[in-house]
Amino acid sequence: MATTEPSAAARRAAVPLTLRLNGRNDSFAVEPAVTLLDLLRERAGLTGTKKGCDRGQCGACTVLVNGRRTLSCLALALAHDGDDVVTIEGLAEDGRLHPVQAAFIEHDAFQCGFCTPGQILSAVAVLAEGRAGTEDEIREAMSGNICRCGAYTNIVAAIAAARGRA
Amino acid sequence: MRGFEYVVAGSADEARSLGADPGARFYAGGTTLVDLMKADVERPARVVDISRLPLASIEERDGVVRIGALARNSDVAYDARVASRFPAVAEALLSGASGQIRNAATIGGNLLQRTRCTYFRDTRWRCNKREPGSGCDALDGFNRGHAVLGTSDACIATYPGDLAVALAALSARIAIEGAGGARTVAIDEFFVLPGERPDRETTLAPGELITAIEIDANPLFARSHYHKVRDRASYEFALASVACAVHVDGDRIVDARLALGGVATVPWRARAAEDALRGATAGEEAFRRAAAIALSGARARAHNGYKNELAQRAVVRALRTVCGGAA
Repeated sequence: MATTEPSAAARRAAVPLTLRLNGRNDSFAVEPAVTLLDLLRERAGLTGTKKGCDRGQCGACTVLVNGRRTLSCLALALAHDGDDVVTIEGLAEDGRLHPVQAAFIEHDAFQCGFCTPGQILSAVAVLAEGRAGTEDEIREAMSGNICRCGAYTNIVAAIAAARGRA
Repeated sequence: MRGFEYVVAGSADEARSLGADPGARFYAGGTTLVDLMKADVERPARVVDISRLPLASIEERDGVVRIGALARNSDVAYDARVASRFPAVAEALLSGASGQIRNAATIGGNLLQRTRCTYFRDTRWRCNKREPGSGCDALDGFNRGHAVLGTSDACIATYPGDLAVALAALSARIAIEGAGGARTVAIDEFFVLPGERPDRETTLAPGELITAIEIDANPLFARSHYHKVRDRASYEFALASVACAVHVDGDRIVDARLALGGVATVPWRARAAEDALRGATAGEEAFRRAAAIALSGARARAHNGYKNELAQRAVVRALRTVCGGAA
């Protein structure tokens, strides 16, 4: 049965939304067209998550949703009501860097740093998935994170070093 | 992105009702829809979120594996039953997109992934798929990535997916529910050639919802393989891809299935090539003959002629791999 055409007001109306964000419950009211990425950066003030291509091609916006890495630029915020979201700001515990963060510093795994939050979130999930035993497997698993500076060699080394520590 | 109304479907019935409007789009993983909304290619008045409907399970019963339409690509790829019964399906899924996208993308949505044709994705160009009757700027444009099989004068856009190519080789069925009830269609009857109406890509009616994919647990399919050729080693669409399943007894091919991706407007089942393989001696000669038959209808434009040779080599390579390198 066909329903009526949504009104202009319905297309702009803010809808309430609650996220478990870096371990804390946070409530928002967002319009339907707001992506999870824009919510994080512009509503929650968590600008560590980067907007690179904003089209799902670069991986800079990678966050963990319910423990799984995903692209926040291709997700509508409202579709994640109630979900657990972890961004780069939520990785360190008690002022101590996450082992993957520490390994990126040890191995100089970045140059400009713009892709780094996405690289690190992706790496955290890749190590948790347990399917990156070799360098080739790390490269394949990390292929969704582009580094325009070309720091791949050190990124792979950092992830290999963090394996077992993460 | 333009404004739209967002509604969560509480049940499949509600989804079908809310999704029946021409301006409505279902949202599952969002990976294709949000991308195309940002490009202004998709302009839904209403987005119906179906992502929380209970359609994500994978079950095996009476010799059929049924994959819920909302199962995530990554979960299906790593499912032990899928990986052992249908290696081509698992390999196709893992060759597609990135880990992040596979975690979000759903099996049902993946089938409906839209073409990567630049002229479709950029509203400054003419595109019969995006705006029926407007013309096709790909025909005489930069068409290196475009299809050589199943094309028409209206459209040469390549079907972009990997999964559906494996499913075509394995004769999968698509379970669909709509206002008129439930139906199951063979994958061959799900995708339609562009012809004069490239905007119509499948036989899904407005409001109809894909609920599952069914694959027979045929022992032949346990000897299947997906081979993908692309511009870079990972995170890239196919220039040519091949899904095949072969049963060899001694050196004789008893049964074979073959489908092509990256070179056609729809997931391309190569039945005549399969016929040529059945009964033949497994080896380079039979593989090359099958490859030539599979591409026999190829029609190239200015920049995609290489796909004919590339796809034939991919067919030979895939058959050689699945036959255990015996040839």
